[in-house]
Amino acid sequence: MKEKKNLIKNPSFQAILTSLICIVLGLFIGFIVLLLINPAGAGEAIKTILINFMSRSSSIARMKALGNTLAKSAPLLMCALSICFCYKVGLFNIGAPGQYEAGACIGLYAALAWHCNWVVCLILAAIAGAIVGAVSGALKAYRNVNEVISGIMLNWIILYTTNMILAKVKDPTSPYTIKLSTGNKSALIPTAGLNTLFSNNKSVTLAIPFAILFAILIWVILSKTKFGYELRATGFNKEAAKYAGMKEKQNIIITLAIGGALAGIGAAFLFLTGYQEWSTTQSSVPAMGFNGIAATFLGGLHPIGTIFASFFIQSITDGGALINKSIYPSQISDLISAIIIYLCGFVLFFKFAINNWIGKRDKGGPNVNDVPVKDDAAKAEGGDK
Amino acid sequence: MILLLQYTIIYASVLCLVALGGCFSEHSGVINLGLEGIMVMGALGGAVTMFLLPAGTAKIVIILATTLAAIIIGMLFSCLLAVASINFKADQTLIGTAMNLLATAAATVFVRAMNTAINPDNVSSAIQYIQPKKAFLKNIGKFEFNWFMLMAVVLLVVAWFLLYKTKFGLRLMACGENPQAADSVGINVYKMRWAGVLISGFLGGLGGIVYITAGVSEWKFEMGVAGFGFLALAVMIFGQWKPTNIALAALLFGLFRALSNVYTGIPFLAAMNIPSTVYNMLPYIISLIVLAFTSKNSRAPKAEGIPYDKGMR
Repeated sequence: MKEKKNLIKNPSFQAILTSLICIVLGLFIGFIVLLLINPAGAGEAIKTILINFMSRSSSIARMKALGNTLAKSAPLLMCALSICFCYKVGLFNIGAPGQYEAGACIGLYAALAWHCNWVVCLILAAIAGAIVGAVSGALKAYRNVNEVISGIMLNWIILYTTNMILAKVKDPTSPYTIKLSTGNKSALIPTAGLNTLFSNNKSVTLAIPFAILFAILIWVILSKTKFGYELRATGFNKEAAKYAGMKEKQNIIITLAIGGALAGIGAAFLFLTGYQEWSTTQSSVPAMGFNGIAATFLGGLHPIGTIFASFFIQSITDGGALINKSIYPSQISDLISAIIIYLCGFVLFFKFAINNWIGKRDKGGPNVNDVPVKDDAAKAEGGDK
Repeated sequence: MILLLQYTIIYASVLCLVALGGCFSEHSGVINLGLEGIMVMGALGGAVTMFLLPAGTAKIVIILATTLAAIIIGMLFSCLLAVASINFKADQTLIGTAMNLLATAAATVFVRAMNTAINPDNVSSAIQYIQPKKAFLKNIGKFEFNWFMLMAVVLLVVAWFLLYKTKFGLRLMACGENPQAADSVGINVYKMRWAGVLISGFLGGLGGIVYITAGVSEWKFEMGVAGFGFLALAVMIFGQWKPTNIALAALLFGLFRALSNVYTGIPFLAAMNIPSTVYNMLPYIISLIVLAFTSKNSRAPKAEGIPYDKGMR
């Protein structure tokens, strides 16, 4: 009995529990929508969304589908890490899609126009993302512009710029950039034999282990180093950090630059695997950055948690593409992930409710000491000042 | 040139309506990043109404029904923001972002399900409204007048009056500046914030339907509203949260949007050969620069973005 009580009081257990509540509720609402559209196949459809690659008939096809999901989870994970890292430092990096676009822009341009190899492209993509992030950071630090607003503006500015620049290296017959496999093979991230594990799926590259390594690295930086401590202190209370001798302005810029670099690398991890090309006529900000927000919050704002959350979000997205399209729209999985993000906003409330319940059970009244203080990123100041 | 004027005015109407919506929400203390999503939902409500109305419906009925549908759906959708951020004190940035994703996904799912139900071979996410759309238009010479333009002007005046000349408006603004003080003199902060968000749903939903009837007669809901909600946010900031300035900012940004559509038809602009993306980009660049120079002493409501908690003083 005592052990059980301790388990439910454990913050990480609570984080996992609340994430699971969000997932279950999200899937449930998605299921109701499916039922409304057509009750006959709804059970089958939600099952397909959930198990994704496992619904393929042969094991070869399964591994290939799993490979595709993993290949797309890597860039998603990088975007999620970008948002997670900044959120831990008290900054909402909604500019991640813009930093991702910048990474795609410079990464692909370097690959196709300058014929650089993949290492150079990757580094250039990271730098491009970092610069965009640093612009947001500098505006925040020196001009007091809220990073959410500058991030949104930059998302659109960079989108149009990227379209303009990449139009120079596009395939003359389509709106897409030239395929790397024909344009410049050396810019493809090497598979290092990983593809053989996944039924020779060429999209499975070193990007996947790299992304996981980045997640571990970010976790170590944030929780085990002095540098990470200073950044978090700045996020928690800018004035106090300044008083304690930390360079608070510099810390804000560095944080967003690192976040930008992560998102930029994320773009490189997608476009340099040759899985997809950039469409130079796209008129909306890529969803990858926004899905990163979903993965971040679903992952309980923990770098390791985001690894699993990214895979889950990508898996239901891919699962959505497998359902019977003549009856159900594949966007149903976008709907489910959007509902999950929305519900993540209630995480604090869920935690409060759990603790309240524990308190009532233990003492017959709410346990005030266990009520969680709002996360690191509790913002003491208003919005777009 | 008349075409440019026409597009400028209609785009300015959209931006003005939606930005005013954002303005009400922010003055009450809630940041509304979900404007884009509210627009999509309003557009969906209006488009479906136009699509479902029988062919011979009187013009006035079409106008009223479509407008009402857009407004009601917009307000209903804005409740998601109100519940989460006012009652459950959720992170407003997160909720706003979720609403944008949710709206596009939900609208696409709905339209595709509807299209497939009518014709099993039709899996597109587009709704056509060529015929009913004509109800909104009236040709004055070469200028194509749209009833929505008039609505935008009327609502602008109403919004200004409501915000500055009524007890309600002044109380609303008090909740965005200093909710604790407002509460201490007996204003119900939660109710006022609900009102602010619902008004933004009203104006945002209306803006959505105006936007999709502005230049085209068919809308693909997969595209959402192509960033217009965010552009409206830029208008609101450029207009420094004041209705009159918002109207002027909307005209300027509307002009840029119109230029990107029609610049090829204007000789001296076509000769300059600036790609349309530059015109699309300019409003965002301008707002970013304006922000950089004005944010130190910004007119933004002081308490926006902070959930109000009665127990915290």
